Amino acid sequence: MTNESDHNSKDEQPDRRQFIKGASCVIGAVIGSVPMVAGVRVSLSPLVDKEAAESGAMLRLGDLGDLETGVPMKFAIVADKSDKWTRYKDVPVGAVYLVKQKEDAKEPVVAFNTVCPHLGCFVDYRKEETDFFCPCHDSNFALDGKLKNGVSPRGMDTLEVELRNTTEVWVKFQRFKANSKDKIAIS
Amino acid sequence: MQRLKQLYDWLDNRTGIKEHLREVLFETVPGGSRWRYVWGSTLTFTLMIQFITGIFLWMGYSASGQTSWESVYYIQEHMTGGHFLRGLHHWTAQVMTVLLVLHLMQVVIDGAYKAPREINFWFGIILLQLVLALSLTGYLLPWDQKGYWATKVATDIMGSTPIIGETMKQLVLGGADYGHHTLTRFFALHAGILPLSVIGLTVGHIYLFRRHGLTPKKPIKKADEYFWPEQVLKDAVACLAVLVTILVLHFAFNGAHLDAPADPSSAYPARPDWYFLFLFQFLKYFPGHWEVLGAVVLPGLAMTLVFLMPIIGKSERGHRFNVGLLFGILAFAGILTFVAVNADRNNPTYIASKEQAAREAAIVKELAENGIPPEGALALLQGPKLFAQHCASCHTYGGENGLGNSVEKPSAPDLKGFASREHLTELLHPERFESAKFFGNTAHAQKSKMHDFLNDEFDGINDDKDLRADMDLLIKAISAEAKLASQSKLDLEDREAIQKGRELFDEIGCIDCHALGGWNADDYSAPDLTGYGSRNWMLGIVNDPAHERFYGKKNDRMPAFGKDEKLTRRQMERLVDWLRGE
Repeated sequence: MTNESDHNSKDEQPDRRQFIKGASCVIGAVIGSVPMVAGVRVSLSPLVDKEAAESGAMLRLGDLGDLETGVPMKFAIVADKSDKWTRYKDVPVGAVYLVKQKEDAKEPVVAFNTVCPHLGCFVDYRKEETDFFCPCHDSNFALDGKLKNGVSPRGMDTLEVELRNTTEVWVKFQRFKANSKDKIAIS
Repeated sequence: MQRLKQLYDWLDNRTGIKEHLREVLFETVPGGSRWRYVWGSTLTFTLMIQFITGIFLWMGYSASGQTSWESVYYIQEHMTGGHFLRGLHHWTAQVMTVLLVLHLMQVVIDGAYKAPREINFWFGIILLQLVLALSLTGYLLPWDQKGYWATKVATDIMGSTPIIGETMKQLVLGGADYGHHTLTRFFALHAGILPLSVIGLTVGHIYLFRRHGLTPKKPIKKADEYFWPEQVLKDAVACLAVLVTILVLHFAFNGAHLDAPADPSSAYPARPDWYFLFLFQFLKYFPGHWEVLGAVVLPGLAMTLVFLMPIIGKSERGHRFNVGLLFGILAFAGILTFVAVNADRNNPTYIASKEQAAREAAIVKELAENGIPPEGALALLQGPKLFAQHCASCHTYGGENGLGNSVEKPSAPDLKGFASREHLTELLHPERFESAKFFGNTAHAQKSKMHDFLNDEFDGINDDKDLRADMDLLIKAISAEAKLASQSKLDLEDREAIQKGRELFDEIGCIDCHALGGWNADDYSAPDLTGYGSRNWMLGIVNDPAHERFYGKKNDRMPAFGKDEKLTRRQMERLVDWLRGE
């Protein structure tokens, strides 16, 4: 291939040539960016479009009589859920551990979100070791939720509990930001 | 600038990019740049738009019987920029079809298919068919009425091909019937197999085009030029014009159309997209078993002739035949398209069906605003459809039949917003209770106890503030029984007023006929208002209005839909959920 200047018939008009080159580049950039910008804009919609936050209403989980003092019991959280276009009724959205406290305790029942505050794995209750254990990065927590050892930045997340009609256990189910020292509610 | 040059040199050192660019840009254009050479570039440009917009649409699309329409609806109505993105994809596809024809015309007229460019011509013809296949598969993906019915016709044509038809159809549909796998297969074709084939063939097409060079329009009058920059500018300006056309179409037609969700149970005038309309019209001339001639044999023959153009066109006479053939096919297609469009334009049944489809699309989109149940958006339409079919011979819904049509001589109350405060405010007005909108055309109007009661207790309500306030309390109390989702916040805020309303209900004597809070057959002679308008109450009255809890022996013509098995439980639930705005 030869050099462009050897063969060009319009070299005597450098201004015109420069203009044509510039115009080609500008038009090319403009027409190329239209579909690209249109696409990127939609792909950024999770940052722009705010979805209606879940209500975090109190849910009735069980009865005080169902619980054994000092033994965590797992309850599935079943609630209505919106996922983009779909509106679900009564589907599992998470789980909590309820731990009934001793008679003289300040709170009769403590509730924990079952999700590990480190990176969101499901924390198991180990009966023999009487602790909560995260199978992902081996954090373990005492039954009061405090971190015993491991990499989790904070203890297990407690949830608001209310006793209604003396025995009904109601819990406000919330999720919290993972891997942060502070407990920050995200729903 | 100096830095940029350094970076460019650095890159060139490692990739040899300058040499490649030079090869691309300094291709000789015999006789200089011309506008007639732009079509190939515009097609490459539209292809690029489709790839980009397609991949971004992919991020929001979900192929299945319950999510295709729903995800497209969501992209279009709820994602920022989604309406524009889909419009761009849709209208580029339309414009691309036109550009394909223009490119083909230019190639045939200029004799660019002649030796040694035969293979490139064939590549081009295959590309044309691949792009049409992309259009066909893309048409189905939103799973709306338009795409569903059109594709059904197209695949049934495929099924009518002798010997292999039925097998091919089953393979394309992913089974005997239309469903999840039809969509997943069409999507894999549309976003995977076909685009990959298009890329492969386009690379080959452009490689061969470069190898043999451009076919100049003769006689050559000007000196040769390089592709860069004169022809590049012409190509860029042409692409810009194409983009402007696409944008104008997008804004003029308000983006891409989305019909109501695919519904195998509803009548819909199936039509393919406009560029296949001529084939659709052509089929009308081939009745019965002749159909295969119009659907497969003759179009196949025409395609074969087009394919053979490089061989036919070896002589000058052959070339002239080719040009004539192409114009013949295009003119024929044009006339058939015109005939098809004209026939539809003058067909009142077709127009009415299209209008009905548009109304249903608007209704389902409005209902989808509150979220779509997991079984899909089609379920949302079941409520209004059941109403139109079973209830609208007597009742109205906002003065219409639930699907936007008028009701001839309604004889029972309007049910829009049933049990809401607004509805009760009108219903319990002494002057309106017996209007045609409510009980005017029923046995519960004149001479009924309710009519007398309203006129005795609330006469002059328009001017008397105390009466109005009392009525408002009553309405709040009765309406709260419905537990309407749309009113839940108001009901919570007005707890005290609702309690007062309940007390008033007893005080002024509503309780003498109606129960509110505890019903038994012996003490009450009028419909039970305990849970009035709630899901259970509504299901109860639809099930059997002549039950003692409702109208008993005074029931005026309303059928017992559940008890007499006119509707299933599920149908009644859909109807009631829709009436309750859920």
